[in-house]
Amino acid sequence: MSDMMTKSRARNIFYGGSLFFFAIFLALTVHSHLYVVNTSTDSAGLTESVANGKHVWEKHACINCHTILGEGAYFAPELGNVWVRYGGPDDAEGAREALKAWMKAQPTGIEGRRQMPNFNLSEKELDDLVNFFEWVSRIDTQGWPPNEAG
Amino acid sequence: MKYQSQKVAFAYFAVALILFASQVLFGVVAGYVYVVPNFLSELLPFNIIRMVHTNSLVVWLLLGFFGAAYFLIPEEAERELHSPKLAYLQLIILVIGAGGAVVGYLFRIHEGREFLEQPLWVKLGIVVAALIFLYNVSMTVLKGRKTAITNVLLLGLWGIALFFLFALYNPSNLALDKMYWWYVVHLWVEGVWELVMASILAFMMLKLTGVDREVVDKWLYAIVALALFSGVLGTGHHYYWIGTPGYWQWIGSIFSTLEVAPFFAMVVFTFVMVWKGRREHPNKAALLWALGCSTLAFFGAGVWGFLHTLSSVNYLTHGTQITAAHGHLAFFGAYVALNLAIISYAMPLLRQREPYNQVLNMVSFWMMAGGMSFMTFTLTFAGVIQTHLQRVLGENYMDVQDQLAFFYWLRLGSGVVVVLGAVLFIYAMFVPRKEILTRPVADTQPAE
Repeated sequence: MSDMMTKSRARNIFYGGSLFFFAIFLALTVHSHLYVVNTSTDSAGLTESVANGKHVWEKHACINCHTILGEGAYFAPELGNVWVRYGGPDDAEGAREALKAWMKAQPTGIEGRRQMPNFNLSEKELDDLVNFFEWVSRIDTQGWPPNEAG
Repeated sequence: MKYQSQKVAFAYFAVALILFASQVLFGVVAGYVYVVPNFLSELLPFNIIRMVHTNSLVVWLLLGFFGAAYFLIPEEAERELHSPKLAYLQLIILVIGAGGAVVGYLFRIHEGREFLEQPLWVKLGIVVAALIFLYNVSMTVLKGRKTAITNVLLLGLWGIALFFLFALYNPSNLALDKMYWWYVVHLWVEGVWELVMASILAFMMLKLTGVDREVVDKWLYAIVALALFSGVLGTGHHYYWIGTPGYWQWIGSIFSTLEVAPFFAMVVFTFVMVWKGRREHPNKAALLWALGCSTLAFFGAGVWGFLHTLSSVNYLTHGTQITAAHGHLAFFGAYVALNLAIISYAMPLLRQREPYNQVLNMVSFWMMAGGMSFMTFTLTFAGVIQTHLQRVLGENYMDVQDQLAFFYWLRLGSGVVVVLGAVLFIYAMFVPRKEILTRPVADTQPAE
């Protein structure tokens, strides 16, 4: 490297520049936090049941097969929009029943088909989980996923 | 080995390699479940297999970093470690935590978010261990010689501990949860871990090539500057579709494109140092791993990352097998190869023998590097087809997966090769054998 760049100059650029970019990142984080809480998610609709549903989701490590908003494992379908895929916006009761029936029917045991364990969820846990999916489907994700297939 | 206390690194590397073995073993089982889905589905469901696979990866890499720090800091600081006893205590806490977590996972005891599934007591144990570690190495450096390598390494390690604290914060709002989850996951692997990577590579270049420290230091600062300037705002490429503001599409696209730069600089750095270097170091295997590390990291993290980082592309590829392809080669190239490089370099010195089993070690490099590259190609092909069928044509997820079976078989094959390579590496490190090279150890110490 050229002699123009002394070691101490390189060091100062590193420390100064990193602080600069990190400060911008922090400022944008604060703004994004407020945007999430006030604009892109339904904070008022984040009921205790939805929060419990998220807890059920975590407790059984669903994310280690499924993705949600595109993140997780890639072994099982995307669930960020599962509520929409099951027709929830048009027929909430039908979608709820179908989702619960699906989870209760696992594992299918069909040879050569990926198996979902049966987590023996209670009626309340199932309802909470469905409420969580319904809440997540209403997050403003700027149009992602591209279609109902997730 | 110049300092007695460097010996603690041996214990760290040994435990790290045990977890490495468990990581690749669970990885190949996961790859098998992809093609034979009913395998173990009642006893050990896929989610648990995958959890052990990813968690043991993260923990063994961190143990490798700790070991590397304990190995190189005494040499850089030119004094013994502040307290070898604390270093062993820290290792015991981590072993109990990691062992407890893995056994717990097998019994479905886990919580929280992806990669951060550790139960709370394990997370707190990690924090305690990290504090012991930071105290120990910081005291060593403060009392000894301060070099660019120790500065950057310490900054990276402090950053790891600081950002890990976000693992303890789990809001009920999924969008907020994801935003801060990336504070751990992205700011680790595309932020502070890169500082650790660059400083360990710099240390190895210094030792293996005999280039002047002044030259290495300037490169080091330039590389880590590029890493943080691009990587911090590059977090934006994870903020496209989780409910965060639209401006992240611009910021993320621009800055994560720049994230290729530090990886490219590392390739240039390592190769230029080797060309310029006057020294013929006998540990050829360590040199191969170091050069392989920068090269594979450039392709895995740099090129494969760039492939799907622009928001307009990512809109279609997000969360498909493209992500899996990138993740595998990026982690392998940047951090697995880095750890295996420093272990290859340090082991002969720690065991006070010649660089031994070099040929086996180098064969294991080509097996693992070849296997991972092939795995990356097959997953990339699978991901392109998946993107088209699922995201463009709108076919159902499982229907698409069924059409990808061929690629998953190929991936399983490459996974088996990686496992064999890993076993060979561990064998070459631990099983004593007559030396192939006969140069005395004294020659391996650089003059600087």
